[in-house]
Parts: sequence; C-alpha cells; structure tokens
Amino acid sequence: MISDWIVGLLLIIGALFMLIAALGVLRFDDIYLRMHAATKAPSFGVLLMVVALILHFGGVWLTIEGVLIVLFIFITTPIGSHTIARTAHQMGIKQSKKTCIDELPREGAIKQSGKRKQQRT
Amino acid sequence: MEINIIQTASLISAGILVIAMALTFVRLAIGPSLPDRIVALDLISGLSIGMVITLVFYSGEVVFLDIAVFISLIVFIGTVAISKYLKRRFYDK
Repeated sequence: MISDWIVGLLLIIGALFMLIAALGVLRFDDIYLRMHAATKAPSFGVLLMVVALILHFGGVWLTIEGVLIVLFIFITTPIGSHTIARTAHQMGIKQSKKTCIDELPREGAIKQSGKRKQQRT
Repeated sequence: MEINIIQTASLISAGILVIAMALTFVRLAIGPSLPDRIVALDLISGLSIGMVITLVFYSGEVVFLDIAVFISLIVFIGTVAISKYLKRRFYDK
C-alpha cells in the first residue's frame, strides 16, 4: 500500500516537471532560453516516470526496456538541442536583450569578411 | 469504498500532461521562427512518451511500453534531419 503511494507520487512529480517545461517553452523570451527549458526538464520527468514504472511492475524485461528509454533520451536530447541551437545561431536569430555575451562567430560573417573576428582576451 | 491509488494518480498526471501539451501547441502555433517550432515538436515528443507511460499505468498492459522506445528513437532522427536541412538551406544563400 505504501509503495502504491510512492509510485503515484513519483508519477505526478514527473508530470509536473513536464508541465514546468511546457510553461518555460511558452513564456521565455528567446529560442536559446526556450531550448534550455525544453530539453532538461522533460528528460528528468521521463526518468522519474520510468523509476515509478520499474518500482510498480518489476520484471527483468520491463526493467531493460525502461533503462533503454532513459538511455536513449539522455543520449539523444543533448545532440538534438545542440544541432538546433547551432542552426538557429547560423540562421541569425537574435538573442534576448538581457543576454550580454555571444562568443560563437557566425559563419556568414566569416565568409563576408574573409577572416575570423579578432578574439578578445 | 476502495480507491485505486495507481489509477487515480495516472488520471491526475494525464490531466497535467494534457495541460502541458496545450501550452506547447500554443508555442507551436505562434512561434516566430522555424527553430522555435522544432523545439516545440521535440517537447511534444517528450510529452507523448510521458503519456504512453501514463497509459501503461492506467491499463496495466506492459506491451504499450514499446511505443515509448520507438518514439524516443524516431524523433531524434527527425529533429536532426530538419535542423541539418535548415542549416544547408540558409548556408547556401
């Protein structure tokens, strides 16, 4: 009975993390900030949900499948978000006004000026 | 009166996930640029994985968990392919 309460609590907390992620995607200023909200929190929510699943059902095959889900998500989400961020930066999407530093030179700028921008020390 | 705790918790979390998916669809509709929409689609895939796990809890059928594995594999390929395509399209210009 107590394990039922723990499983239900883990499930609802995982769903709340996903709600926080959706709220951040809706409310943040910038695509980079939105990506920060949209990649980390759902991974953690899925992790909590899979932990609840393994605690409730048990079994070898289901444990392997749950670990596979978490592993795939934790490997593929950073790669996907890195690719989207690089594409957005090269498309020239501007950052929010509150962001004050941008150290990655744009490749279009490299092509036009012919040389890399001088790096600050 | 007996209340099934697991089914009640799965119904509550399904409600929370529906609200989250509605908020994400708003961003998908009003997103100013294309990468915003790709980010929203990525988040929708994560939410649908959560919904599949909630369905497994509600119905008690473990077979549905295969859907979550396939979603977590397929969506990554879609995201990377779309962003590579966008990068090439804007790089050639």
